[in-house]
Amino acid sequence: MLINHPLLGPRDASEFTYLGDANLLNRPDWQGENAVEAFHDYLYLRDNPAGLHRELWFHEQGDRSWLVVTRNTLTHEILGVEMARDVARNNKRFEGDAQ
Amino acid sequence: MPDLKPLTALGAAAPRVDIIGALTIAETPNVALASLAARKGQGDAVVEVVKAGLALDLPAAGRSVANTSHRIWWTGPEQWMVEADFTVCELLAEALKSIVGATGSVTEQTDGWCRFDVTGDTVVALFERLCAVDVAMMAVGDATRTSMHHIGCFLIRTDEGVIVIGPRASAGSLHHALVEIAGAIA
Repeated sequence: MLINHPLLGPRDASEFTYLGDANLLNRPDWQGENAVEAFHDYLYLRDNPAGLHRELWFHEQGDRSWLVVTRNTLTHEILGVEMARDVARNNKRFEGDAQ
Repeated sequence: MPDLKPLTALGAAAPRVDIIGALTIAETPNVALASLAARKGQGDAVVEVVKAGLALDLPAAGRSVANTSHRIWWTGPEQWMVEADFTVCELLAEALKSIVGATGSVTEQTDGWCRFDVTGDTVVALFERLCAVDVAMMAVGDATRTSMHHIGCFLIRTDEGVIVIGPRASAGSLHHALVEIAGAIA
């Protein structure tokens, strides 16, 4: 399997490690009213879709970038690859942190 | 003072050179290394100060640059590795920090790595057996990180061949990988 790294082009999947659902980027507000419940859901509740899935991959044997890979779990077809930091910065919750 | 003698990464007094078929695999000691990471929001500023200080443009993704005193290659977004001759620039990290100031963070890397220079007509055949990178498509100056025999290494394509920079603690294993495959294609 090849992952088309946004900066480095197609790279062998053996250079990457897999973390899981890209929703892990959306960490709840620990000071929120329902923080306990939100963290329970964040930590334990995962969708397990048969089809399109957005997931976090780490280019460990490469440039050490975190990537958000959109993959079809039925066919293993990779439909999109983004830098996770771009995804996080584009996320409204990170507006104050963006440069 | 005790009379201390430096050893190369492979543990000998003199650097190892293996000539196998068309390939020469030469251990290259006396390499000073320091990593550079742009601080938050300073990506453009660090490029400016390095250009002023070392007369080199910090390279884009997958590339390297070099002049007579320094070589720099890209290691990740807004991160680079800087190499110099240890016998001339032993305190590379200190010198680099004085150049970049508050625009970047510098970490001494000299003792963490070993370097092998692989030259000869069959370098592409060697590295396409060792790693998943498309070495045949690498242009002179391309630099990338990959793994060979489970060892994470930098590969830098030069006019003469390929420079391999790998973890010093695994110098023996890396050397074994290079020599073994060189023997297989000789």
